Amino acid sequence: MSGPGVVGTVAQVAAVAAGAPALVGAMRQVRARLEGRAGAGALQPYRDLRKLLGKQQLVPEGTTVIFAAAPAAIAGTTLVIASIVPLATLASPMDQAGDLFAVVGLLLLGTVALILAGLDTGTPFGGMGASREATIAALVEPTILLAVFALSVPAKSSNLAVIVANTVRHPGQVLSPAGALAFAALVVVIVAETGRLPVDNPATHLELTMVHEAMVLEYSGPKLAVVEWGAAMRLAVLLGVLANLFVPEGIAGTHAGVAGTLLGIAAITAKIAVAGGLLAAGEVFVAKIRLFRVPELLAGSFLLGVLAVTASYFLGTRPA
Amino acid sequence: MTVTAARPSAPPSPQPIVRASPGAAVSGAATVLVGAAGVALGVAAITRPLAALRVGWLLPLAGVSFEVTGTAGLFMVVTGAVAVAAGCYSVGYFRHAKTAMATLSVLPLFVLTMIGVLAASSVTTLLVMWELMALVSLVAVLSDHHHAAVRDAGRWYAGMTQFGFLAILIGLVVLVHSGGSESLSVLAARAGAAPSSTRDAVFVLTFIGFGAKAGLVPLHVWLPRAHPAAPSPVSAVMSAAMVAVGIYGVVRVDLQILGPGPRWWAMVVLAAGALSALYGVLQASVATDLKRLLAYSTTENMGVVAMGLGAGMLLADYGHPVVADVAVTAALLQVVAHAAFKSLAFLAAGSVVAATGQRDLDHLGGLAKAMPVTTICFAVGALGASGLPLGAGFVSEWLLLQSLIHSQPGSGTLLAVVMPIAVGVVALTTGVGVAAMVKAFGVGFLARPRSPGAALASESAPSMLVGMTMAAAACAVLALAPAVVAPALRSVLSATPQAVGVASPHFGVLLRLPGIAGSLSPLLLAAAAVVATLAVAGATAVAGRSRRAQCRAVALWTCGGGPLSERMEYTATSFAEPLQRVFDGVLRPDVDVEVTHVGASRYLVEGVRYRSVIVDAVEVRLYRPLLGAFETWAGWVRRAHSGSVHLYVAYGAVALAVVLAVAR
Repeated sequence: MSGPGVVGTVAQVAAVAAGAPALVGAMRQVRARLEGRAGAGALQPYRDLRKLLGKQQLVPEGTTVIFAAAPAAIAGTTLVIASIVPLATLASPMDQAGDLFAVVGLLLLGTVALILAGLDTGTPFGGMGASREATIAALVEPTILLAVFALSVPAKSSNLAVIVANTVRHPGQVLSPAGALAFAALVVVIVAETGRLPVDNPATHLELTMVHEAMVLEYSGPKLAVVEWGAAMRLAVLLGVLANLFVPEGIAGTHAGVAGTLLGIAAITAKIAVAGGLLAAGEVFVAKIRLFRVPELLAGSFLLGVLAVTASYFLGTRPA
Repeated sequence: MTVTAARPSAPPSPQPIVRASPGAAVSGAATVLVGAAGVALGVAAITRPLAALRVGWLLPLAGVSFEVTGTAGLFMVVTGAVAVAAGCYSVGYFRHAKTAMATLSVLPLFVLTMIGVLAASSVTTLLVMWELMALVSLVAVLSDHHHAAVRDAGRWYAGMTQFGFLAILIGLVVLVHSGGSESLSVLAARAGAAPSSTRDAVFVLTFIGFGAKAGLVPLHVWLPRAHPAAPSPVSAVMSAAMVAVGIYGVVRVDLQILGPGPRWWAMVVLAAGALSALYGVLQASVATDLKRLLAYSTTENMGVVAMGLGAGMLLADYGHPVVADVAVTAALLQVVAHAAFKSLAFLAAGSVVAATGQRDLDHLGGLAKAMPVTTICFAVGALGASGLPLGAGFVSEWLLLQSLIHSQPGSGTLLAVVMPIAVGVVALTTGVGVAAMVKAFGVGFLARPRSPGAALASESAPSMLVGMTMAAAACAVLALAPAVVAPALRSVLSATPQAVGVASPHFGVLLRLPGIAGSLSPLLLAAAAVVATLAVAGATAVAGRSRRAQCRAVALWTCGGGPLSERMEYTATSFAEPLQRVFDGVLRPDVDVEVTHVGASRYLVEGVRYRSVIVDAVEVRLYRPLLGAFETWAGWVRRAHSGSVHLYVAYGAVALAVVLAVAR
């Protein structure tokens, strides 16, 4: 366990925790501008969170401790993921404790907490959102695993820091067919996992289309603030991982000092901002697809994942 | 209908039962004792080799011989531990006087015969014990034989278990004939010299026989019937320990005695495992009967175990002994973890059934407040079964995935095709398995009661809670410190030919794999997740506390439709509906929509009847035609039995002529 690694990890977790609302605000602002609206500004999510945190805590009748604890669970698991994945530094001491499968498992654990909270309310909306989210999560998981499996083949490890370090050493490897297929598959699953268009519309409250919003309908005040903050952090972490898997430039190595860590934070902030901007710009041009077309989209991305793995196996056998 | 309306199906008034019935207490104590003896024997066998025991007079001609090997030791510890928890639980579960004496007496016998199978060191002893285990468990399944469904389950179980026994019997007799000895250890030394056709035949027959006991598809059909039909302590022992005995058979005979075999053996085991895992989890995700769901989940888990064994055989064949070792370790750890979380889940399900009289998830719900201990226990079991971090099943699944992704490129076309598919299968199994377990817990225990039985539920007897808490503790230990079972896993690997002399995974706070850049620390992960969650919860409570008034309870949003009633809730069926639609082609549900119109107008609807039944597609498409063909054949035989003495004499004459002609 190295000193700079600990500093870098604390810095990246703090950056994710503090910066995630700005990402959501910036993405909304990009959409607003492209749609010809003025927008509320990139800092609006902070104002929303402050407002929600100041409100009275309402407890829906008949809910149990699961409903009360789920927001903290989703935010907590995301913070742990933020400490494991290589965002700003490659030297996270938590990297040894969990690899890619653990990260996917923790993501799913957060999702499960929220699904159970939705079921716990007993309302039709809670059940509906929970059922839809469970279906999507069940189909997203295989694709994430396959896509990063494809990327782990050249690095011979499933630890994310090893994969990213390998890409730093051989930047050309991700430009292979396997890399391109894995990238496409990962983009689809990140869109699905974070509830963006065309899988889910974060701005809707129409019962026919809601997924995430239906599950969290009963939340209000401080608990809602934590749910929104957690969702924003998940988006930031997943975009950061995607960016670093393919463009790891600027990430602090194992022996980087304070300057290197600061550079790493700056680099990942810029990368997440660009990725978020592109995602938001892309969302302007697509409409939400029907709920029962979502499995087709996910099956497509699953196929891309299988192709990516197979490509990395067969193309990897050739001498370089 | 209000929630508190009385209904005949509601359980008897929750009278506190002060004293356990003497029969149940004796039976439970005997089961606990037998189980504890099994654990002690297993631990002793793992730490050092035990002396063999031979009782010549007990069985004519062959005698009975026992010797507990290290391999059997692991499975014996698992069986014994499950029996201790189930025995303790059964004291409360069987406390009603109406429990038959037969049921009470077979539970300890059932555990004893399983230990006998594991301890057997000769083929005859193994077969006799196996058959005794089958018979005793059949009696246990038929405890509630006055229900037609239970008798039906018993027939299916008897048929499948006897079919499996027949396959094992023929396979082992062939093996004994070619090896010239009936001692398992002698056979292990001589099996390599047997002709390959003999070994292939023995492999196929024994894999079918042991696979039927382990509940692998397509031989799984007895599981979803027998588990719901049996009393819950019996289901727990069957599902957690007896299927593991089936896996023991595969490991002992197919891997250790016959192995290493040709490549297609590995492919058969891997394919059977993948098929079982996917089919089991899909059926579990749409099942609404709580115990049926758990039974299908058993098929899924045993499929994952078989995948681990198959992947281990395949990787060893391709010359990756280290990775193969990881795969076999994953399979064995999955057996242990499955025993812990599945016995817990079945015991908790039994506690629900005893309290509400309901097994159907569509009629449960709202138990979290009335039955807090049962709810927590089921949550622990479901977390383990879903294979998520912090759960008992996570480490074994992680090991399996590690072994599957670490066959390096260039090692062969077959591996390059099979391994990605296997990863996809494991990942899809986990994903859908999470949905199934979320459904079982979220619909079954949270929200509000969906029936009067569930509304009147109260917490179970203390002895049942103690039994469940033991299993929950085992789950927690396996989830956080799987290192405790490392010596037992090593003792099995050291007896497996393909793994001899290979470094096995290093269990510690940090789980490291030899030669593979991959590590995991379940303890650190769990600690980090818990600390982070508590920190967030604490920070939220502190933030803005000065300005905030006290918490206030508010009504739920029901779209303005008045107070929330149980009719408005999502049920297990509606929860699983999207998944059922996605996997429509595999599950083939039987859906019927009937619309009645008002008078002449077809635009006005008077009522809509919707009926959806999910049947086991394998049963319908494979077993019904088979049974039909069997019945036709039996009809022909019956026609020959006309009752005429003259005809029978003629049969005798013809048979005698044939015998004389052959023996001439």
